[in-house]
Parts: sequence; structure tokens; C-alpha cells
Amino acid sequence: MMRALILVLALLAGPAFAVQPDEMLKDPALEARAREISSQLRCPVCLNESIDDSNATVSRDLRLRVRDLLKEGLTNQQVIDYLVYGKPGEFAGFGEFILMDPPKRGANLILWLAAPTMLILGLGLGYAVIRRRRNAAGPEALSTDEEARLQEILRS
Amino acid sequence: MITELGHFALILGFATAIVQMVVPMVGAHKGWRGWMAIADPAATTQLILVGFSFATLTWAFVTSDFSLRLVVMNSHSLKPMLYKIAGVWGNHEGSMLLWLLILSIFGAAVALFGGNLPAPLKARVLAVQASIGVAFYGFILFTSNPFLRLAMPPMDGQGMNPLLQDPGLAFHPPFLYLGYVGLSMSFSFAVAALIEGRVDAAWARWVRPWTLAAWIFLTIGIAMGSWWAYYELGWGGFWFWDPVENASFMPWLIAAALLHSAVVVEKRESLKSWTVLLAILAFGFSLLGTFIVRSGVLTSVHAFANDPKRGIVILVLLLVFIGGALTLFAARGPALEARGAFGLVSRESGLLLNNILLAVAAFVVFVGTLWPLFAEVALGKVLSVGPPFFNAAFTPFMMALALVLPVGSMLAWKRGSLARNMRSLGPIMILAIAVGALVFAMQTGHSALGPVGVALGLWVVLGALDDLILRGGRGRIADRLKRLRRLPRADWGKAVAHAGLGVTVFGVAAVLAWQTEDIRTVHAGETYDVGAYQITMEGVNRKNGPNYITNMADMTVRRDGQVIDVLHPEKRFYPVANMPTTEAAIRTGALRDLYIAIGDEQQGGGWAVRTYVKPFVVWIWAGALLMALGGVLSLSDRRLRVAAGAARRTTPGAVPAE
Repeated sequence: MMRALILVLALLAGPAFAVQPDEMLKDPALEARAREISSQLRCPVCLNESIDDSNATVSRDLRLRVRDLLKEGLTNQQVIDYLVYGKPGEFAGFGEFILMDPPKRGANLILWLAAPTMLILGLGLGYAVIRRRRNAAGPEALSTDEEARLQEILRS
Repeated sequence: MITELGHFALILGFATAIVQMVVPMVGAHKGWRGWMAIADPAATTQLILVGFSFATLTWAFVTSDFSLRLVVMNSHSLKPMLYKIAGVWGNHEGSMLLWLLILSIFGAAVALFGGNLPAPLKARVLAVQASIGVAFYGFILFTSNPFLRLAMPPMDGQGMNPLLQDPGLAFHPPFLYLGYVGLSMSFSFAVAALIEGRVDAAWARWVRPWTLAAWIFLTIGIAMGSWWAYYELGWGGFWFWDPVENASFMPWLIAAALLHSAVVVEKRESLKSWTVLLAILAFGFSLLGTFIVRSGVLTSVHAFANDPKRGIVILVLLLVFIGGALTLFAARGPALEARGAFGLVSRESGLLLNNILLAVAAFVVFVGTLWPLFAEVALGKVLSVGPPFFNAAFTPFMMALALVLPVGSMLAWKRGSLARNMRSLGPIMILAIAVGALVFAMQTGHSALGPVGVALGLWVVLGALDDLILRGGRGRIADRLKRLRRLPRADWGKAVAHAGLGVTVFGVAAVLAWQTEDIRTVHAGETYDVGAYQITMEGVNRKNGPNYITNMADMTVRRDGQVIDVLHPEKRFYPVANMPTTEAAIRTGALRDLYIAIGDEQQGGGWAVRTYVKPFVVWIWAGALLMALGGVLSLSDRRLRVAAGAARRTTPGAVPAE
């Protein structure tokens, strides 16, 4: 349902339709790079949509900006850095907010390391459990069900 | 008038739930049979009352009663009947009432079909279930009442978001809610078991069908949502790692883990406290999902701050229920004595590894979904976590899961032998790797994702088949077939569900690796090539639908000069909502989908057209359906229908689950 809401907002922001044919560059290699960059940049006014998918006017502007910068000969990383951090005295930049992939430094490292840490913890814990079970009770112990049945048999 | 009755019935239901929450719990504690027995009629009464209440609201939508605020905000007299009905739950208040209805259905199902449960356990389960009900009755009545009237009814309603006016999405929320709320049953069983301090094989056999049913509904609900996004949003994506999608995906992952660990409790009486913890967490994630969707907190922290009432109430519910259950778990969990011993290489260990991978995968989704919120509140930084993170952090776990699945699922209980497993799995592994390598050699300039997906998918599917074939034993084909037919349905369910996972893995990898995209301006009469197809746009016509205007294109699709299809992608405009939608035209095939969407008319004439060739994309949903089917097969197993002890206590026809 929220996805629909997102779309409502996005569609209301501008009637365009994601990447338009007239935006695309003649050079297919350069265009492919532009698409790759735009899938990593978030539309500033939408929710969780990249500028590649978004219909908002500002996304269209950003897509055109990306292509202009590529034509100037910037590398992919330079284009992204320019749009995120801007250029002193010229353009303020949109900030790390528009990066779909948060930069891997500072507090964000927690985000990236959380999963591997949990995995190691989980595996360690799992191994501890297995070791305990391996040495526990012994295979002869009956389950509750089996015990109940045994009692029944003994009684009859 | 009838809506007032519905409102009143809801209040009565609230009172009934309070009784059901308190009386049976005290009765079970004191051992008073009569007090415990209150739970059954109370649960069925709740179903009748909430059912009536829901029916009156539906009636208001069907008859377009615009004196009701909710109907005005979400319906319109011109809307097709299906969407008038779907409109009942297409909004906050109505969807909460649906939540409650499903909760009462599950409660009543336990009361009616749980005849073989020991009386104290049944009383406690229904009491815990009622306490969840009380919370949601209160939430609906005090913060989100669907029955509010307007003093000055308008002539017509404001309509419903046209994107939601789609058969796929009409039934998406009910399925998800059946899943979310179904997990409340596992939660109630877990809390009741903690109160009693007893978790044994019988308990696992009672919990499993509810979890399985919830998981099946979640699987179908998620697949429906993904399919809807695929054909409706105009660029053929099937998963977006959107917070709302993640909200339904986390309970699904945990429920899958719970299903597997409950098997260990049932067969071997190990992993008891872990299983109870998973049951609590699964419902915790369901509540978290409800919180995320209903509070709008992830839309923006500010949106939440502007109208925090609903969000805070759900957050408090989440803290009370999950915090309370976890406290209880901390106090009682360690006392749950494990029994069966098992070695490092055993089915138990395999299932434990499955649980670790699924739980950590759910944790990845959890951290990624909530990180932006945490960063903004705690660190004062505004940032986004999008698909690149999830793809990178989540995929390895699914790959590892697919890799160990066939091996683990065929190990013997207690003590298995890898060498014996590999005797039959070895050739399959070699075959899968060889096919992957062949695909890698044939494709040029694509990522390794496709071949890896092919190899993993093949490995999982053939592994599941191999498991079945081995279960058929040795000897003549006819004997083996006879034995296969006599296998418990649960074994078939397991093979089908596992194969389904393999099919989905393959579909996802194939479409991500090999899809082709074409975006261009097309004039009427113009022909262009995409992949092996030649597509001609014959023209674009303006037509009128029941409540929309559409521009419908006629696209003739040829292959090798032969006309194979005429597709009609549309761009619709809904005047009531003042909103356009795209209706992609899709030629679905087992091997590939041809997907055409049209956009706006361009300034220089012609139309923006997006064309995709998506290989094997339907396999994604076919796999999901297989998983659900496997669940259904498993659910219909005799062992679960005639649950623990029932045969001995001669209660024929006792059915623990739907």
C-alpha cells in the first residue's frame, strides 16, 4: 500500500515517466554508465526510488546532470561525488542522503558489519549447542511421546 | 443504522475479549475447569461480533453510504464492485478491522478445532490470543474508528488510489494479514508454553500447522505483491527492498526458520527454547511490520512526529507484547529441558544451520530497514539504505542456504554421514556446476550471476528430487513408485517447497543477469527490433473505461516475420484521483516475458515506449507458488490433521488447523 503512496507522490511531482527517450545519450557505452550511476542515486523527493526509476521532475534534472557530467569526461565516482558533496562555491551537493548505498565509513560500518558479526555469533552459538547436545543425555533418552507410550505399554 | 450496530458489535467484542483474556487464564492457573471453559464460547462470540461489524462496514462500502467518513475518503460511486469491496481494507481503519477479524477467525478456529489440546493449554492460548485482541480493539475504537459519521454527507466520495484498483492488489493485503495474524497463534502457543513451563513434541505438533498456515499465506501474499509491482509499475521490477516489502519479508524469513526448528522439537525434542524464541520473534516482526506500514515512520520521521498517535500506540503494543514475552522467556526459557542428543553431522545440525542463516538474513533486512531511522534519530545524519546494500548483504545468505539445503535435508537424524549423502548428491553437484560453466561459456559480456543462479537452482531442485527418489528405496520401478505414493504428504511437501525455492533462485538470477531493455520514441507505423522480436506500433487510441480514460496502443509483435501477438499497453488517467497509471502489456511465456509499457506523447510526435525481454521471470512466482503448494501438502499430512495423542484418545475428526 505504501508503495502505491510512494508512487502517488512521485507521479504528482511530475508527469514524466522514468528515463525518457530524449534524455538518452547517443554513445551506448556512456549511456550504460549513466544508467549505472542513476540506479545508485536516490530521488531526493521520493521514497526509496532511484532517479533511474523515478518520475519526478528533479530526478529528470539529475539524470540530465549525470549525463552532462559524463560528457565532460568525469569518471563514475567523480560524478557521484560531485552530486553528493558538490563543488565549493559552485554547487552545494545533495548530501549522502541521495546515495542508495550508504558510504562504508564511520557509524555506517555498524550497518555493514552487523550481519557478519551476527553470523559468526550465530555459528559459534550453534556450534556450542551442538557440542553440548553431542555429549548430553546420550542417545538412549526417550522422548516424552515415547515415554508416554512406554508407560501405556507397561500399564496394559 | 446498520453501521451503528456494527460499531456496537465491535464494542461488545472488546468486552468479550477482556473476559476471554482474564477468566480462562485465572482458571488455568487455579485448575478451575469452568473458568477455563469460558474461552471457547468467548472466542466464537468474538468471531460472530467482529464478523458482523466487518460485514456492516463492507455493506457501507458496497452501498456507497457517504454519510460514513471512511467511505467518503476511500470510495466513489463509479468504482467497480470488486474495488468497492477491496476499498474496505484499502485504508488504515478498515485494514485494522480486517486484522482484528482475522485474529478472531484464528481464535475461533482454535476453540472449534482444538478439541485435542489439553484444557489448561487451550485456555492459556486463547487467553493470550484475546490479550492481543484487546489491544487491537482498543487501538481501533480509540484511535482509528472506521464507523465515524459525517454531519454533512457529500454527494460522492473521493475515490481510491487507482494503483490499488487491481485484482492482484485487492487480495494482497488479506493474504499478508492472514500471515501476520497467523503468527500471533504461534506467539500465543509460545507464551502459553512458557507459562506452563512445558514444551514437548506434542506442543510442536500443535504449533506447526498454525505457523505453516501463516507462512503459506505470507508466501502467497508477498508473491502477489511482487507480481503486482511487476506488471503495474511500468518497468518490470519485481522486488524493491522497500521498507514496506521488507516489513512482510522479515516475518516470512523468521516463520520459515520457525517451521524448520519446530520439526526438531517435534522429532527430537531439541532446540526447544530456540523454537519458542523464534515464535515470539516471528510475531514481533509482524507487529513491527504493522508499525512500519501504519505509522509512516520510515516515510519520514517528521511525518511520524506530526501525527504520532497511531504509531506510538502500535509501538507501545510492540514493546508490551514482545518485551513481556521476552521477559517471560528469559525467566522460563532456560528451564526448558532439551532431550535428544545429536552429532555435528546430523539433520539437527543441518536444521540449526538453516535457522542461523534465515535468522541472520532476517536480521540483515531488519538492520538495513531501520538504519536510516536510527541514523537520523541517534546520529543526526540523513541517509538512505537502498537496493545495493540489500543485494550485497542479503544475497550471500540465500546462496549459502541454497548451497547447504540439499545436503542438510538428506542427512539422517542424530548422526548422519556426509560421505553417504554425497554418493547420490555428488553427481548432481557435478552436473549443476557443469551446466553453470556451460552457461557461463555461452553467454558473453554478462555477469557471473546468471550461471551461478542456474547452478544453484539446478542443485536445489535436483537435490529435492533426489531426496524423494531415495525415499522410494531400491528395487523395481513399480515398487518404488508404490512406496513413493505411500510416503507421508509432509515428505512430498518438503520436496515441493524446496524445489520451489530452487526455481525462484533461478528465476531471480536469470532475469537480473539476462534481461534486455529498450527505451525509445516510437511513431505510429514505425517498427523496431528488440531481441528476436520485431515490434510495430500500429497506433494509439483514446478510449473510456468505467472510471478512467486510457490511451491504448496497438503493438504488433513479429518473430521471423510472423505475427505472433498483438499487445495493448495502456496509459490510463483516473480523473477522480487526478492520477495517471501505466498498464503494461505482457506476453508471458515459460522461457521469457515480452513486456511493453508506453509513456507520454513526445513533443516531436510519437510516444515514449519501454520494451523489455525478461527471460524466465515467471519462474520467480512459479517458485513461490511451489513453496506455498509444498506448505499446503505438508499441512494436509495425517500427522498434523490427527495431532498428537488424538488417535489414542479417540477424538476422530479433530482438526488442529485449516
